[in-house]
Amino acid sequence: MTFKYKNVYISEVATVTGSYESNGPLSKYFDKSYDDFYLGTKTWEEAESKLINEAINITLEKSGLTLFDIDLFIAGDLQNQTAASNYAFVGLNPAFVGIYAACATSTLGLTIGANMIEKGLAENIICATSSHNNAAEKQFRYPVEYGGPKPKTATFTVTGGASALLNSKKSNIKIESATLGRVIDSGLNDVYHMGAVMAPAAADTIYKHLLDTGRSVDYYDLILTGDLGIYGKEILKEYMNSEYGIKLKNYDDTGVMIFDVKKQPVYAGASGPACAPLVTYSYILEEMKKGKLKRVLLVATGALMSPTRVNEKETIPAISHAISLEAVK
Amino acid sequence: MEKKRYKEIVNQHTPKENLFLNAVIAFLIGGIMGVLGQALIDFYSYYLTIPNKEATVCMIVTLIFLSCLLTSLGFFDKFVNFCKCGLIIPITGFAHATMSAALEYRKEGFVTGLGASMLKLSGAVIIFGVVSAWTFSFLRMLLGVE
Repeated sequence: MTFKYKNVYISEVATVTGSYESNGPLSKYFDKSYDDFYLGTKTWEEAESKLINEAINITLEKSGLTLFDIDLFIAGDLQNQTAASNYAFVGLNPAFVGIYAACATSTLGLTIGANMIEKGLAENIICATSSHNNAAEKQFRYPVEYGGPKPKTATFTVTGGASALLNSKKSNIKIESATLGRVIDSGLNDVYHMGAVMAPAAADTIYKHLLDTGRSVDYYDLILTGDLGIYGKEILKEYMNSEYGIKLKNYDDTGVMIFDVKKQPVYAGASGPACAPLVTYSYILEEMKKGKLKRVLLVATGALMSPTRVNEKETIPAISHAISLEAVK
Repeated sequence: MEKKRYKEIVNQHTPKENLFLNAVIAFLIGGIMGVLGQALIDFYSYYLTIPNKEATVCMIVTLIFLSCLLTSLGFFDKFVNFCKCGLIIPITGFAHATMSAALEYRKEGFVTGLGASMLKLSGAVIIFGVVSAWTFSFLRMLLGVE
């Protein structure tokens, strides 16, 4: 399902990260980074909520708006019941919508927000996403201090919060169109190979987007997937080619860009709902403002993994939503 | 695309783990752990004149204490990640799994967190340890082995 927009712009963005991200290649593009995993709070879960709050505060500061100018918050994360977002917005003035699409949450939020702005249902909307490495490890995998070896295809959840302010006031970055994806079953149940689980969903959404808009892959200066990792990236390329006959050329994966995969202990790369927006809102938007990139398709990918259903021997479904960004002068 | 064909693509782009190297590391570290254990038994029985049977228990307690301490200090997970089964199979692995879960869930309270979840990883070892001990003892009784 594809939407086209005439008057939706990303007005301001903010990125707040942990230490692994600030030691990575994109460190100079982030607004703020923390060295420890607690951010002065008592638990990792609380720290994740703080990441969202910080990101939103910086967005408001940059835009010169206050909380009372914002109509709606749309936010999501990986914690059970999307707790990080729920707790971050306690007592705040704007209305709040909590969403979940695993690591595709960022583009889902942008799509919902863009639809409302385009229809004139709201004036200012803030979309936020977060993830916290330790909180995710604790919930989905093993205790953080447990050192059991992982396969090379495992990914490393990013620690960070990212937020974007959407409105219809003209700015450098326009949301041009968006495609909502469908739930795809990869037939796999390897929780340490999420890139392979998500690649068919990414391929499906990219194909549908190109079909609906009548474009070819060359239309975009860069197609970005969310968090497929170094192996998932190769799988997507080959799958796209053999299933749809599409050769991905100007293609990269934010999970590979945010870390130095060769030097940092992150296995196949980054993952998490904050991964795609952290890279996009920092490095990619900067490149677009400089004029190096004009049209970018961001395809955030989410593995809808339920530990219970995996233990019950079911395969892992995945989803992917795409947002097309355009630099305007 | 058929699921089977997709699995082929995935397998093509999935790196193979170096089983041989992992086995060699585990073998060497596991061996060193054995030597360390024996050295501790000798130390306890010769220098502290503890009877051999109790010295073995003292050795086990020492290893459990050391792995719990190093886990709490935050670097035992890196050792385990490198040594793999060399540290996971001995008692150090059990202690490490229990301690790391205890550290993790302490924040959720003594009873609801620590008590309820510290055996999250290692509980299975206890359950199946007891079941297999019972099974083999029963078999031994049936076969009349002394």
